[in-house]
Amino acid sequence: MKSIKRIVLGMSLLFFTFIMTGCGEAAADVDISERIDEQETPVLTWGVKADTNLFGYYNIESGEIEGFDVDIAKALTEEMTDGTGEAKFVEVTSKTRIPLLKNGKIDGIIATMTITEERKKEVDFSDVYFNGGQSLLVHESSEINDIEDLTEDHTVLAIKGSNSTQNMRKLAPQVNVLDLENYSEGFVALQSGQGDALTTDNAILLGMIDTNPDYRLAGNNFTDEPYGVAINKGQEDFRDRLEMALETIQGNGVYDEIYDKWFGEILPADSPNTASTSTTGAANNAPDDEGESGENQ
Amino acid sequence: MIGLLQQYWPLLLEGFLNTLIASVIALFCSLIIGIIMGMLQLSSNKIVKGLANIYVEFFRNIPLLIIVMFFYVVIPMYWMNISGFVAGIIGLTIYTSSFIADNVRAGILTVPSGQMEAGLSQGMKKIQVMRYVILPQAIRIVLPPLGNQFINLVKNSSVLAMVAGLDLMYYGDFVAMETFNTFDTYILVGLIYLIITLPLTYATRKLEAKLGINDN
Repeated sequence: MKSIKRIVLGMSLLFFTFIMTGCGEAAADVDISERIDEQETPVLTWGVKADTNLFGYYNIESGEIEGFDVDIAKALTEEMTDGTGEAKFVEVTSKTRIPLLKNGKIDGIIATMTITEERKKEVDFSDVYFNGGQSLLVHESSEINDIEDLTEDHTVLAIKGSNSTQNMRKLAPQVNVLDLENYSEGFVALQSGQGDALTTDNAILLGMIDTNPDYRLAGNNFTDEPYGVAINKGQEDFRDRLEMALETIQGNGVYDEIYDKWFGEILPADSPNTASTSTTGAANNAPDDEGESGENQ
Repeated sequence: MIGLLQQYWPLLLEGFLNTLIASVIALFCSLIIGIIMGMLQLSSNKIVKGLANIYVEFFRNIPLLIIVMFFYVVIPMYWMNISGFVAGIIGLTIYTSSFIADNVRAGILTVPSGQMEAGLSQGMKKIQVMRYVILPQAIRIVLPPLGNQFINLVKNSSVLAMVAGLDLMYYGDFVAMETFNTFDTYILVGLIYLIITLPLTYATRKLEAKLGINDN
């Protein structure tokens, strides 16, 4: 009797392992580009943030996610499908976005995602569509004015799965880094004193300051964070379309319009710190900025 | 999966130990609070009974995450600093104790009320009757559901990951993010949880057998 029990237990464990690993590989084999051509009203599903002011933020009144990333996704969808397509949005976090992309729940990620070498091994990236940079958010009264001020007595809050948490561990290894689930929880933890500073990209932090003026940035950006649109590997046609669409909107003013709508006041396109990747010349007034490849500092 | 373990075992071990510590502390505290609350729910004093009832029904019926978040975010904002690890343990203790209290109350109620009267008539104090007559019988009834609560407690301890509590799940998230290998990582983490929960299941079975439960 006992041995039968053991066999059943072992089998069910094996089975469990198989289904779990199975979903990882089978999904996302469909060629998205073909799907766009075949369907009458193709639907592209984008993973966007829903807790990040200015990029992707759930607006309770309208019941929709709004922000720079969302508008870029809509513009790209329209461009790629000649206006016939529809953009659908799925809420992601830094932690969930790559798994969701890989299992085919979303077609692409436009969620404040930095292009990095490690991520390039997992997903394909478009060109840069936003030039961010990592910074620190602290309370107005904080003594921290720069990343150099951080000591081993400080705790820095970061977000699980974000590039900024990895940078923080590399650039300031003496600091205690705690990872939280998402930006809203990270900010609430900062407010309640669970950490001395919150680190992520400046534009996201500026969005928090926008609604919470008691907080300020500590010093300049200490990294460059070029954001890209991520899609699955093996989708060459889809990636080509995406590249073309991105190039088009960056050149025809659509991008400028979206950029001004969200960052016109806090990070104007003609300021030296601009994050715009427009190629229409609107951003070229800024010194040292080369538009598309523009790297600050 | 073996590769993951080889590369990240120090982190996973730390997480495993933290999960174990948090579970043991929460298990011990919630057992004590649970037994007290369970008995207070049967108190003849209406106010005490009412308060115990409110405690149990309130914490039993709200999500654990809310309790933990309260201690992680709200208490430090207005009162004193609590780390995610401690906030998690407090939340787990309160949440589990309310379930244990309910089990204990039900267990005591199954002992016929005549026994209390008999004890009192022998000149024992109420607390003595509880200690020597009622509880030894109630424990046999309560033990199986209690075992369930302990297993749930260990699994619920993964809530610590939400408040940077440095537990197994937290480091599991970390490894998954670092390696992008979500599936293998979480399967591995699930197996490590079994290292705690399976012996716990086995131990409660043994204890049940020893106390002569289910020997019909």
